[in-house]
Amino acid sequence: MIALRLEPREHTPVWLNMLLPLLAVLATLVICSGLIKLAGASVMAAYAKLFLSALSTRFNLVETAVKATPLVFTGLAVTVAFRAKFWNIGAEGQLLAGAMAAAFIGARQGLPAWSLVPAMIAGGAAAGALWAVVPAALKTRYKVDDVVTTLLLNFVIFYGMMALLDGPWKDPLSGYPDSPDIRMAAEFPILLKATRLHLGVLIAALCTPLVWLLMSKTTLGFSITAVGENPRAASYAGMSISGVILLSALISGALAGLAGASEVGGLHFQVMAGISPGYGYTGIVIAMLARLNPLGVIPAAFFFAVIITGAEAMSRATGVPVFLADVIQGTALVTMLIALLFNQYRVRLRRVSHE
Amino acid sequence: MNEILAQVFQVGFFAALIRIATPLVFGTIGELFAERSGVLNLGIEGTMMLSAMTGFSTAYFTGSLWLGILAAMATGILAGLLMALLTVSLGLSQHVSGIGTTLLCSGLSFFFYRLIFGQPSSIPNIKPFDVVPIPGLSAIPVIGPILFDQFALVYLAMAIVPLSAWVLYRTPWGLNLRTVGENPDAAYSAGVSVTAMRYQALMIAGALMGLAGAFLSMAQFNAYTFGVISGRGWVCIALIVFGQWSPWKSAAGALLFAFIDALQLRLQASSIINVPYEVFLMMPFVFTIVGMALVSRNARAPDALLKPFRKEER
Repeated sequence: MIALRLEPREHTPVWLNMLLPLLAVLATLVICSGLIKLAGASVMAAYAKLFLSALSTRFNLVETAVKATPLVFTGLAVTVAFRAKFWNIGAEGQLLAGAMAAAFIGARQGLPAWSLVPAMIAGGAAAGALWAVVPAALKTRYKVDDVVTTLLLNFVIFYGMMALLDGPWKDPLSGYPDSPDIRMAAEFPILLKATRLHLGVLIAALCTPLVWLLMSKTTLGFSITAVGENPRAASYAGMSISGVILLSALISGALAGLAGASEVGGLHFQVMAGISPGYGYTGIVIAMLARLNPLGVIPAAFFFAVIITGAEAMSRATGVPVFLADVIQGTALVTMLIALLFNQYRVRLRRVSHE
Repeated sequence: MNEILAQVFQVGFFAALIRIATPLVFGTIGELFAERSGVLNLGIEGTMMLSAMTGFSTAYFTGSLWLGILAAMATGILAGLLMALLTVSLGLSQHVSGIGTTLLCSGLSFFFYRLIFGQPSSIPNIKPFDVVPIPGLSAIPVIGPILFDQFALVYLAMAIVPLSAWVLYRTPWGLNLRTVGENPDAAYSAGVSVTAMRYQALMIAGALMGLAGAFLSMAQFNAYTFGVISGRGWVCIALIVFGQWSPWKSAAGALLFAFIDALQLRLQASSIINVPYEVFLMMPFVFTIVGMALVSRNARAPDALLKPFRKEER
């Protein structure tokens, strides 16, 4: 009999680190091709539509970058939190908090025009940070499990937002649950003529190296990783575990809040029910595929932006349900998790004899 | 105020409360088996989603509600096996495995629902379970209509609480399960297979989560919608913390949650308080978080929860 045995690895070769996410994605696509077959479509045709439509023209490419922007923010948000083992499954809610703050600020008539965009960015980040500090404080002060609270708080703020849209923010004329439009001066500047490439895309691109610097070059980043990996040792080394978790929650929430502010300021100019089709949850998949490395977030976010944009075109052309994009996300998270095993362990096949 | 009270607290209110608590009891007791064996199953939300879909679809095409229930339970067991493969056999992070299972299962439920039903103009529905009054008992004033004029699955939920308490605390299997969750090394030394116990626990958990999902799409409602679970799975996980990993206390937590949920439904319907109805939808979630904050300091999770067990590393 041949037995599968896992042996701990001393260290991981660099090429393996780069290869693992690719392997996971490849495995995901192979698994999901079964679903395409079930839907009665040609696997090649469906995948061609899924991947190529988002990349086919310059315009579509820019659109994909715009789509990737909130995913970069939530991916970074989850990265920072998970590094500290603060299980922030609440990027979705923090995004909504940031979006609501930005929509509120952007519609203020009393503010000078020049201040609107910076105030929306700052307000969105602050609102997200504040919403993330609630579960972090509950965890550090009352030992309340962070996974459950961040998840439940997503529902609290979603219904809170819907109450606003159904009440004070309801359009008095049409009765639609859309918040009032932000002022013209509050709309994020467009960076490339005749496209939707807005300031938020640039901020996301800038945040990525900044978060990388923070995580790998600063004491705080080092403390966050230390608390995540070995809280006891970090505590002996004189770090305040609660303080570090609260700080990581603040940064994580602020990044997720920026996602919301950027969607409102650069894309929708208002808040509506569907402002986030689960960007916060996709952020978890992205952060894991990026192996919690901020620099890996951009390619991972771009990959999912391609899939999310391409799914509509694929569905129209081949009849495969658009929700294949959701299945791919879930499968990718699972396959990546399994791929990480190769990172920690060597798989050895051994002949074993029965005694 | 009295007017509100009179409008809210009628027999119908308490009967609704029991119905709302039923899927929560299934889900909570299911999750309890998983956690007592040392595995946090965050796949619960997705497992309930997918089971609600498979149960509904099976009933829709076969015309048999009970076949639907079986399909939902089988779906739950499969999802439990996936969780077991990831967290028990491979020893991967329970947090991320659970989120992955939930994302995957809910994605599959959307995908297959659309594949099976397309985009019809009206939502496909079934004739859901009927209430089964228990002869004699249902005639008791007040208590009868509340407890004994319910769906068959409600009676099953009532039975499952004492049954699970008995299994967990009074049988050798239950003792083994709890030992595996508290001290897997000791269980292993005593000749108990940690892997087998955790697989069994996750399969039982999955079957019960399947029941929870099926109850929602086949008894409480008569259709599957993308919002059919809307956070109830996560609430179950909170209820276990609230109930300090005891079946009785967790079931009591489910009743408390159902009370608040039934209350907010009544307040939505009555036009006494004039705020958008979403404010009421928010209430049960806020109360759940507050409830967890109140008990968490003293709550003690099973010692081996979240920890993978590897024989080689002992």
